[in-house]
Amino acid sequence: MRESLPQWDYVIGAYAVGLIALALLIAWSWQSMRRAEKRRAELKRR
Amino acid sequence: MHIYANPKRFLSLASWLTPLLFFSGLVLSIGAMAWGLLVVPPDRLMGETVRILFIHVPSAWLGMGGWTGIAVSSAALLIWKHPLAGLSARAIAVPGLVFTIICLVTGSIWGRPTWGTWWVWDGRLTSMLVLMFLYIGYLALAQATAREGASPKVAAIFGLVGAVNIPIINRSVVWWNSLHQPPSITAGKSAIDAAFLVPLLTAVLGFSLLFGAIVLMRMRALIADQQVEARLRRRALDDEPVPAMPSATAVMG
Repeated sequence: MRESLPQWDYVIGAYAVGLIALALLIAWSWQSMRRAEKRRAELKRR
Repeated sequence: MHIYANPKRFLSLASWLTPLLFFSGLVLSIGAMAWGLLVVPPDRLMGETVRILFIHVPSAWLGMGGWTGIAVSSAALLIWKHPLAGLSARAIAVPGLVFTIICLVTGSIWGRPTWGTWWVWDGRLTSMLVLMFLYIGYLALAQATAREGASPKVAAIFGLVGAVNIPIINRSVVWWNSLHQPPSITAGKSAIDAAFLVPLLTAVLGFSLLFGAIVLMRMRALIADQQVEARLRRRALDDEPVPAMPSATAVMG
């Protein structure tokens, strides 16, 4: 069933894809929330 | 649930819940992945590649769970007209899409050494790909209706109809022949050894908490955007010059 391929390369590849995508998602969500809330606070002050 | 229909009350809850979910999710996810990578023994058949389980399975569950959340929020919007339901459905869509993509890519990477192929057009993989396109369609529709000021009910109906795909994904490996293995965890039963099951459930819990934190961040951003837009619209109306009324004498004569 199993091919004699370098198995760790696939494992590292899968984790790299998952972790990079998750890190980008968290960074984008956090930044868009901070930006929107900052804009609201600035508008309230004006 | 209706207590949190008030955005102010919801925001005060979300302000302390977001970091709590985020940091507990981060600790559990990192711990479960380290456990899966460094502690768990290689599988008898799949060898070292079994470690992909700890990122692939939580992503698959959250991809499907995300759409279930969209369907529940859509129902709450259509039945009870809950004011935050449409926003919560929109907030779930992006993380749901990202987890579905992670599931598809990691599954494809896992397929190459175990099945000898990156992709097969079988029931499980195809229905998961359909889920990804449903997310993209939902996001496009929800953004278009929000931008045009149209009713959010259109996106809600799409969210409910799309939920038909969830049981299809779940049962696909039972209904059709597939290279994908049949369900290993069913209600109350598990075919997975405890050495794999415990870190797997920890990873599912950790990723779910992270998913919850991301949804709260998205909801806070969407609420703030809406409030800014409403305030700008009100100011524009206040600043608009009042059209001069024709005088009575001019009208009469």
